Amino acid sequence: MRRILSVLMENEPGALSRVVGLFSQRGYNIESLNVAPTTDNTLSRLTLTTTGDDLKIEQITKHLNKIVDVVKVVDLTEGAHVERDMLLVKVRAEGAQRDEVKRTTDIFRGQIIDVGPATYIVQLTGPIDKLDSFLSALGEAEILEVVRSGVAGIARGEKVLTI
Amino acid sequence: MEQLSGGDMIVRALEDEGVEYIFGYPGGAALHIYDSIFKANSVPHILVRHEQAATHAADGYARATGKPGVVLVTSGPGATNAITGIATAYMDSIPMVVISGQVQSHLIGEDAFQETDMVGISRPIVKHSFMVQRTEDIPSIIKKAFHIATTGRPGPVVVDVPKDLTHPEHKFDYEYPESVSMRSYQPSTRGHSGQVRKAARLLLNAKRPVIYAGGGVIQGEGSELLTQLARKLNYPVTNTLMGLGAYPATDRQFLGMLGMHGFYEANMAMHHSDVILAVGARFDDRVTNTVSKFCPGAKIIHIDVDPASIAKIVPVDVPIVGPVTTVLKDLDAQIDQQRSSSERTMPDAEAIVDWWRQIDNWRAAHGLWHGRRYGESDFIMPQDAITALYEATNGEAYVTSDVGQHQMFAAQYYKFDYPRRWINSGGLGTMGFGLPAAMGIKLAMPDAEVACVTGEGSIQMNIQELSTCAQYDVPVKIVNLRNNYLGMVKQWQDMQYDSRYSESHYASSLPDFVKLAEAYGHVGMEIKDKADLEPAMREAFAMRDKLVFLDIFVEPHEHVYPMHVAPNGAMKDMWLSKTERT
Repeated sequence: MRRILSVLMENEPGALSRVVGLFSQRGYNIESLNVAPTTDNTLSRLTLTTTGDDLKIEQITKHLNKIVDVVKVVDLTEGAHVERDMLLVKVRAEGAQRDEVKRTTDIFRGQIIDVGPATYIVQLTGPIDKLDSFLSALGEAEILEVVRSGVAGIARGEKVLTI
Repeated sequence: MEQLSGGDMIVRALEDEGVEYIFGYPGGAALHIYDSIFKANSVPHILVRHEQAATHAADGYARATGKPGVVLVTSGPGATNAITGIATAYMDSIPMVVISGQVQSHLIGEDAFQETDMVGISRPIVKHSFMVQRTEDIPSIIKKAFHIATTGRPGPVVVDVPKDLTHPEHKFDYEYPESVSMRSYQPSTRGHSGQVRKAARLLLNAKRPVIYAGGGVIQGEGSELLTQLARKLNYPVTNTLMGLGAYPATDRQFLGMLGMHGFYEANMAMHHSDVILAVGARFDDRVTNTVSKFCPGAKIIHIDVDPASIAKIVPVDVPIVGPVTTVLKDLDAQIDQQRSSSERTMPDAEAIVDWWRQIDNWRAAHGLWHGRRYGESDFIMPQDAITALYEATNGEAYVTSDVGQHQMFAAQYYKFDYPRRWINSGGLGTMGFGLPAAMGIKLAMPDAEVACVTGEGSIQMNIQELSTCAQYDVPVKIVNLRNNYLGMVKQWQDMQYDSRYSESHYASSLPDFVKLAEAYGHVGMEIKDKADLEPAMREAFAMRDKLVFLDIFVEPHEHVYPMHVAPNGAMKDMWLSKTERT
């Protein structure tokens, strides 16, 4: 099962490598990883998606909590939450495809943020399945380059992840 | 406020921590610190002959005393040589602080002379690490390093210090913090009371209980409480390799070590138990054998200070996260309360009697100490050498070991009645551990007998420390069980590779250990004749101020038994000799 773990950690050098190292050291998988400072500049927030059964996720959570730099760990998938991934895709946009790509982008409520003589850059935000569907909906258009931010997530309602 | 250089701060901080010994080796990046050591002349420094030995000596010191071991090495090769010893301490949860010199800050990342990314290289084998970035931070970082190393589940902490931050002319205010508070590091101090209640109920309703105690009981100073609890309940106790001494070995309730080379009665009792109380043990693969066949009828209570140890290998019915001392105290009180308040939860006395009867039958059938379970030979048998050591030291010595057959024979035949006396690399299985560890222990406890049980393979991995022992007058006794093979490798090759001894034989090239010991100024003794074994052992220990190297020629083809049948065996599946199995 896919899980989203949100980790608050000290904004210290080496903290990120300890988290990433844990995953490779213990054979856990990271599907996506997103990390940035928070409004408290002593803390970073890291969101990672991984897969595993309950036992495995429990171990991952315990080991994350053991890392001295880690302040808090929450499994967002345990409750109601919102998740977003951002996609930037550079597409060949020539001839008939130029209109076709624009139409598809509109349908998915994406934005064309760069227009070249023969290319578009499309920006799209949403849960990962929406981004995946968009990429497959581009159909015959030639995808030149794709970059994704990795999932960022937050719990719905009153629940907050702070110290 | 006092102004100190970074180098002086490090030495002063170690002094303020009450450090008794620094084990180390100087080099370029650490020279300012070494100059501070010289000038302060406060904390004694032991100059080893290889940085690996510094970490093992500090580790032995820590295991025997319960206090953190301290290591100082230089950058690059000094740091990388320390890695094996740090990993050894990490696997066995030993408190240690390793200070490593680093190249100057502005050179970091430029592949400078003797530069290595120590924080990076050590990351998977430390509890935590620090790279000092400002001299002013040194006191608080050292304080945190000791705090982290010694609390919760203990472990090694690395402090990497760039050379420019220890420069003698750059002085800053020095004040050693009295306490530490870290929002991201708060180890558990008390087990959950509801879980403790459940555990007490389960224990009192057990019909075939076993207490399975590991190294955590020793590290957490829980031996006495565990012994009280076991005696109160009259339940059998088995110890892991790391837990030997947590429960007195000569006690009637002790089943011996469990696991791959565990006692028959211990493994049988575990397999057939209905309730297991696991304390400070981690269900290592050398204990469980095939996990899916592990103790099929048992409900498991697991006490550990590290939540990640619980349910890591085997599902647990009652997990209790907390230090062994507070949890065992709470459990003891709960047991008294439940016993007095309800007839129903008294232990089933009849079932416990039956259980002991069954255990006694196992003991009589194949118990290691109940009748001789190994063969005769013209050579000295390795088991007899351990027994002779046990007798010559009245069972009271600190015994270190290296890794291999001799380690298992020592674990099986030296009956450890006290915690912290059996000092071995259980988790990592590091050859070369024994001699430097013995050195660290003997320095800490000059009046105690310290023996290093080793083999001619292992001893050569850190034999240069005979020189350190000479420099500091460290009269340990080395009991070398010499069989002319890498014994445990040979045993596996006998059992699984049709006795094809691939690279496990070197008899023609072994040194004359007697002359070698003498070359370092020590005493060497060669023992080949059975009749000489006991007198030689007594003679060696009578030389209280001499390091004695006992080179004991033992039967080369002896195997360690019992041995778990693998793969696909359960705990109860064992080889009992070369020809018999359960």
